[in-house]
Amino acid sequence: MSDAIYVPAGPVELETRDLSVHYGEVPAVQGVSIKIPDRRVVAFIGPSGCGKSTLLRCFNRMNDLIPGARVLGEAIFQGSNLYGPGVDPVDVRRRIGMVFQKPNPFPKSIYDNVAFGPRINGYRGSMDELVERSLRRAALWDEVKDRMDASALALSGGQQQRLCIARALAVEPEVLLMDEPASALDPIATQKIEDLIYQLKQDYTVVIVTHNMQQAARVSDFTAFLYMGDLVEYGPTQGLFTNPKEDRTEAYITGRFG
Amino acid sequence: MTHRHFQDELDTLKARLVAMAGLAESAVRTAVASLLERDAGKARRVVEGDRAIDALEMEIEDRSINLLALQQPMARDLRMIAMAMKISSDLERVGDHAVNIAEAVNWLIESPLFPITPEIEEMTRLVTWMLKDALDAFVRADSKLAREILTRDDRVDELHENSFRILLTHMMEDPRKISAGMDFLLVSGNLERIADLTTNISENTIYMLEGRVVKHHAESADAAGA
Repeated sequence: MSDAIYVPAGPVELETRDLSVHYGEVPAVQGVSIKIPDRRVVAFIGPSGCGKSTLLRCFNRMNDLIPGARVLGEAIFQGSNLYGPGVDPVDVRRRIGMVFQKPNPFPKSIYDNVAFGPRINGYRGSMDELVERSLRRAALWDEVKDRMDASALALSGGQQQRLCIARALAVEPEVLLMDEPASALDPIATQKIEDLIYQLKQDYTVVIVTHNMQQAARVSDFTAFLYMGDLVEYGPTQGLFTNPKEDRTEAYITGRFG
Repeated sequence: MTHRHFQDELDTLKARLVAMAGLAESAVRTAVASLLERDAGKARRVVEGDRAIDALEMEIEDRSINLLALQQPMARDLRMIAMAMKISSDLERVGDHAVNIAEAVNWLIESPLFPITPEIEEMTRLVTWMLKDALDAFVRADSKLAREILTRDDRVDELHENSFRILLTHMMEDPRKISAGMDFLLVSGNLERIADLTTNISENTIYMLEGRVVKHHAESADAAGA
């Protein structure tokens, strides 16, 4: 394998083997093999349409929901194939949570947003404690603890996004996938999300898709550069941004593309 | 998405660095000539010319910081800007050493004739050659040449040690030669420092071009570890 594709030395949380995704006839991801280390932050970067979001969605089978999408190859979570027979996508999505570009809170109270998932899963512990713990982990608790019954829609965009992160954490996942989690936020809210990502990696494996290269450089331990469905380069973030191995990576990150 | 403005700014930064390098190189040449020719006028030109080198250092620093702040450069652009800052401060020191030599020449002209040792002549030849090649390597993006320069520093160090011994012997034999001997020692020490700074410039040029750290023998340590 090319030395432009990093292979983690420690435990691997997520992995793809020769994974391809087609939307109808069009391949969006072609033969990608990548290993995501446990409790690290990995960023996927690349121009629009390079397949980074498609690759991210394979990890919790969100592509299943897109008509005409076909997934070939393997996506492996803790050693077992996510697309194997008998795997329940709903269970996959509980263990591998996702946060989207636009904050999408339910039109319910702050409390109910966080409690929603655990209730469906029949959570038996103290719901108040779980809600508080999730909000604390999402660095939102102090801002909302006195108005838990207020509508989630009354929160600012940045707070709504952290609420969505709290909601994802409430079902106690092992991995958090983030698709452009800060692209709709102002710089201060963005910084809060980035700080939060830094803290989350103590307990979770985080995979983030971002258009913002500086953001990838700031928050991630490892960066993968995708181009036209190919994984071009994957390695420690610091090395990739100061001295990339592949010419296409160099061209992209220095803004000399096409 | 090639941002032309950024590319223009990078080209300007590089051009200013080349201009500064030209001034530093000519300061060393003129300082050395003033020594060999006992020419006070040349020595004065070196001292006066240092202001332009200092001004360029500040300008390059300012341009580099602005580019870092406003453009968030990556990869080879980032390395180029970071190294432009380091190389410009090395060049500024080269200019200062040229001034030190020129100032020593002013004293030497007034003291009784003291033969210039072949070691110092050889050092001046080597050092100006290294400096010129280091700047060529930077301008032509020639990392092979930059690596070659690194091998020349040992010879300069050796010559400096020899001049130290020879000058010491002269001074012990005849105390009237102490003043001139000390001045020559200063010249030799400044030439040796210029060779060191030239080595730094070459190391930074290699990092800029290849992204590889070669200073402090990092590369041979890497090879041994691998």
